[in-house]
Amino acid sequence: MPEDGGTDAMNQNTVAVNIVGAGLAGLSAAMTFVREGVRVRLISFQPSERAQSNLAEGGINAALNVMGEQDTIREHFLDTMKGGCELADPNMVRNLTQAAPGLVKEMDLLGVPFHREQGRMIQRNFGGQKKKRTAYAKSSTGKMLMAALIDAVRRYEAAGLVTRYPHHRFERLVLDRGAVTGVVICDRFRKEQIRLDGAVLMACGGMNGLFAGETTGTTANTADAQAELLAQGIEFSNLEFLQYHPTTVSITGKRLLISEAARGEGGRLFCYEKEPDMPEAGKTGAGGERGRRIYFLEDKYGERGNLMPRDVISREMVLLGKQVYLDLTGLSRETWAVRLSDLREEIFHYLGIDPAREYVPVSPGIHYFMGGILVDEQHRTNLSGLYAAGECACAYHGANRLGGNSLLGAIFGGRKAALSMMADGRLAADGSGEAAAEGRTRVQELPEAGAVTGEGNGEEYHRTGAEGKEENQIRGKITQILMEGMAPLRDQRTLESALKKLDALAEASEASACLKQTMLLARAFLLSALARRESRGAHTRLDYPETDADLQKNTVVSCADGQIRISFRQIPALRPQTDGNSKSGGKGDRP
Amino acid sequence: MKKILHILRRESAQAKPYWEDFSYETADEGATVATALASTPVVWEHSCLQRRCGACAMVINRIPALACNTRLSEIASDVIRLEPLRKFPVIEDLLVDRSVMMQNLRRLSVWMEEEARTGSEEMAFEAARCLQCGLCLEVCPNFAAGGTFAGMAAMAPMSRLIARLSEGERKRIARDYKKGVYSGCGKSLACRDICPAQLPIEDLLVKSNAAAVWNRWKGVMKQN
Repeated sequence: MPEDGGTDAMNQNTVAVNIVGAGLAGLSAAMTFVREGVRVRLISFQPSERAQSNLAEGGINAALNVMGEQDTIREHFLDTMKGGCELADPNMVRNLTQAAPGLVKEMDLLGVPFHREQGRMIQRNFGGQKKKRTAYAKSSTGKMLMAALIDAVRRYEAAGLVTRYPHHRFERLVLDRGAVTGVVICDRFRKEQIRLDGAVLMACGGMNGLFAGETTGTTANTADAQAELLAQGIEFSNLEFLQYHPTTVSITGKRLLISEAARGEGGRLFCYEKEPDMPEAGKTGAGGERGRRIYFLEDKYGERGNLMPRDVISREMVLLGKQVYLDLTGLSRETWAVRLSDLREEIFHYLGIDPAREYVPVSPGIHYFMGGILVDEQHRTNLSGLYAAGECACAYHGANRLGGNSLLGAIFGGRKAALSMMADGRLAADGSGEAAAEGRTRVQELPEAGAVTGEGNGEEYHRTGAEGKEENQIRGKITQILMEGMAPLRDQRTLESALKKLDALAEASEASACLKQTMLLARAFLLSALARRESRGAHTRLDYPETDADLQKNTVVSCADGQIRISFRQIPALRPQTDGNSKSGGKGDRP
Repeated sequence: MKKILHILRRESAQAKPYWEDFSYETADEGATVATALASTPVVWEHSCLQRRCGACAMVINRIPALACNTRLSEIASDVIRLEPLRKFPVIEDLLVDRSVMMQNLRRLSVWMEEEARTGSEEMAFEAARCLQCGLCLEVCPNFAAGGTFAGMAAMAPMSRLIARLSEGERKRIARDYKKGVYSGCGKSLACRDICPAQLPIEDLLVKSNAAAVWNRWKGVMKQN
């Protein structure tokens, strides 16, 4: 049942759409639908306040051109394409960067407390971008955006246009002759399965669960949904592009992110000249017997070395093989007080280090999945009736995402997907509440899963709740295998060895149906990385160190009868704009 | 470091609760109650594991807290007693149903209908940091699920609005603020001490009261 224990307000005669995920992409999509009078069912494992979007820190990119640097949308476009090593669909990136200034202004009008000075919005430097283009609220930008959008959506909940299913797990899609006609979810509180008819938008985040304890994200993003989608025939793309964020620290149970904003505000990365290779990470003071500090990124890349794209810095750090430290001691008192007070508190709380006085030992950690559900420019997947947006979709970031583009991609992607669902006529958007025959909505409560036998429904129940020790152990082993295979530096030998271990694990263990699917998804990661015989962005092959122009294509993963197939697909060329503006930007290309 | 987790479990809301012990051993000084719980089959809510999402609120050695924000090394006793929050219906083990918080925010119309004004960014920022974890309600002597008083879990989001709302919406929010927050608050401020996000609750309360109750909007707007 939906929240409040009532029946679904959307009765048999109304048209509704199902959004799986209530983070930034899901909320943005919901807002887009309700403004057009389309009813929304917002399905999430936990309420929006628990979503990973709340953890996003440094900011959101848009060429607002408020910093007197003559920033343009064209430069945002070019930086994003270059940062992604030309692997994103340029048409999509153009859509994204053109919409960015308007979206940030909209968020501002929802009351997001973006940093201002004398009433003027201020933007900060971020990696891979030459201009100050990142709007921010200290180091809690994601949380601030979420608070504003949660309030905005609440208005439509009260009006009956949005029905929340806030403690419901995605189980599977309902397929009918190759099209998606609904979704089966499970009410975790009542332990009942519910089938909701209508088109589906997946906005279910990254696949942290495959790398449990090794990412900066949340435990709630288990990747169970993605594993199910893959098994149901949904195509994925670019799984080999896994973002290792340069400045993370291992804390108990996860990796703690130290926002790129720290470097945007002047932080520097260095290593010690004489320090032995990879010592135990620990507190540090002045140089002493470790010799002088080497600011290796500045030495190699010049003044902006600390703000190179994340893939570049992480690769340099791994190749360096030494403990790297983040030097924030040069930041002004004002910067700490006004722009990064929350970050300082967090570093002190978890590491016992005051970053204003001491150096912070950091290392690369998994932070973002550039790859995901394959979508076209309209956010359609390979199955009609299914769309995807936000981190779960492979959309805007190519081989490496720029900091500040994920919040933007989530808000824009959610909106774009919602618009194309309406344009595709997946639902009647006339606001009259009358149903088109195709989109008729009906809620049917299936028998309690516990009572269903012979189809494995009983065991599905416990996959994330009270799952057994053995299952946890298998998940731990999958993580271990993937961490070896999908390490920042890879080669054929390490990838094949990981595949072998995964096969052995699959044979040796009595895995549940859900875990078998998880192993299949893990396999898809390794096979994608094996197939891409080049180095590009976040994917570094020691045996293929060069970028291969012929591989400027998307890796496509499909699954049929339990077998993974990998292929490459051409990236669409940039279309001339219909309003006469070219890529180089005419009038409409400026903010 | 070895600890015994003494956990109040139950299979469902209707089932009889029982105590079960799990032992947990670790050399990790940073290990938290959340780390220990992850090694058990006990059902509990978790997500960010870094004090940012409010999922893992529970009662730890009789004190409401986030499991991810409670280090094992800081607990003197060898036995750690874990119970679900008491102000909310129990679903299973340590999992409770906090839907009443969302219902209250809907009831009190916590949203903007017009465009936000600029200014008071600092107040809006602090207010929007609220995790909606429910710990403030757990310790509040005035809050009961189903009552008209919605507690500080509603005060914080409402004070975000008070900071940024356009003039046209003041009357609306003032009415709901008085009804849902001001009239029920006994000012014990237990919420201030328990808040895992360390929201400046007193400050937000003083400013919001001044604006919404005493109609001194100008003063609030001037401050940041």
